[in-house]
Amino acid sequence: MLGLIGKKIGMTQVFDEQGTQTPVTVIEVEPNVVIGERTPEKHGYSAVVLGYGVRRKSRIRKPYAGQFPESIDPSQILTEVKDFDGKYKLGEKIGLETFEGVHFVDVRGISKGKGFQGVMKRHGFAGGPRTHGSLVHRELGSTGLASGKVFKGTKMPGRMGAERKTVQNLQVVKVDPQAAVLLVKGAVPGRRGATLFVAKAKKK
Amino acid sequence: MDKIRAIEAEQIRSDLPEFSIGDTLKIHYKIIEGKNERVQVYEGLCIAIKRSGIRRTFKVRKISYGVGVERTFPINSPRIQNIEISRRGRVRRAKLYYIRDRVGKSAKVAELIQKKTKKESTEEKA
Repeated sequence: MLGLIGKKIGMTQVFDEQGTQTPVTVIEVEPNVVIGERTPEKHGYSAVVLGYGVRRKSRIRKPYAGQFPESIDPSQILTEVKDFDGKYKLGEKIGLETFEGVHFVDVRGISKGKGFQGVMKRHGFAGGPRTHGSLVHRELGSTGLASGKVFKGTKMPGRMGAERKTVQNLQVVKVDPQAAVLLVKGAVPGRRGATLFVAKAKKK
Repeated sequence: MDKIRAIEAEQIRSDLPEFSIGDTLKIHYKIIEGKNERVQVYEGLCIAIKRSGIRRTFKVRKISYGVGVERTFPINSPRIQNIEISRRGRVRRAKLYYIRDRVGKSAKVAELIQKKTKKESTEEKA
């Protein structure tokens, strides 16, 4: 698996030579630092721990700092990537160059929080008629019958958004390792500035 | 945001002439039909400029066989080969949507509004 931590910058559009406009999300991917390794012998699986960004010294407590080898400054964000493509040493920086030749990516992030939402917005229910004397407009209707209880997992109003989402098979429009920027066609979970995990597409 | 600006700045076109609302424009627009490419000239009155930066578009209105036609072009599109300004217009509005209601006889009114003053034309010659 090939994947790096990045940051959502925002959306814009790009023209190709034919003049077609493509909506793109700009993802900033500064070089990730290899902070740790997980080996089958010691941990039972193989993975690479990547760090992104720099965390202020005053924000670091000892348990957190202990994860880092002494030569490496503590990063802001950490992720383990299982079965990472290629061999990297501790402290090595992995930039966007590794993404050259990748045409599709999966992007993972935390979606925008929508708060407490009704069943029409949250689950796409049809609701009731809007007019003709109807007294039921945005209600959910029945939650089950004859069982004397409501089954667990029944779709009801509640908190929506702010959950981990993956968008699969997004087309890579441009990879620019020098500017540390990746352009991806379409939208990506989260607000601007949100932390994202960009991986080579699983299904392409 | 600066990264977005940098990406957009690469694509913003500065080679086209500056025009404003009320100008009559000739737009040389590349049309791709399958494998063939040709340039179509679309002439009309610029009635609106919308948005800014890379998303900037302008709307051009003309009367074609008695039917009003409005087309919106993205200013930064590489398909625009050239823009000629065939006449400058003098208008007092940023959006000339009122011209839509004045098809036919009063279409002349629109042209009168855009009449070039003598001073402007002499300045242009010099």
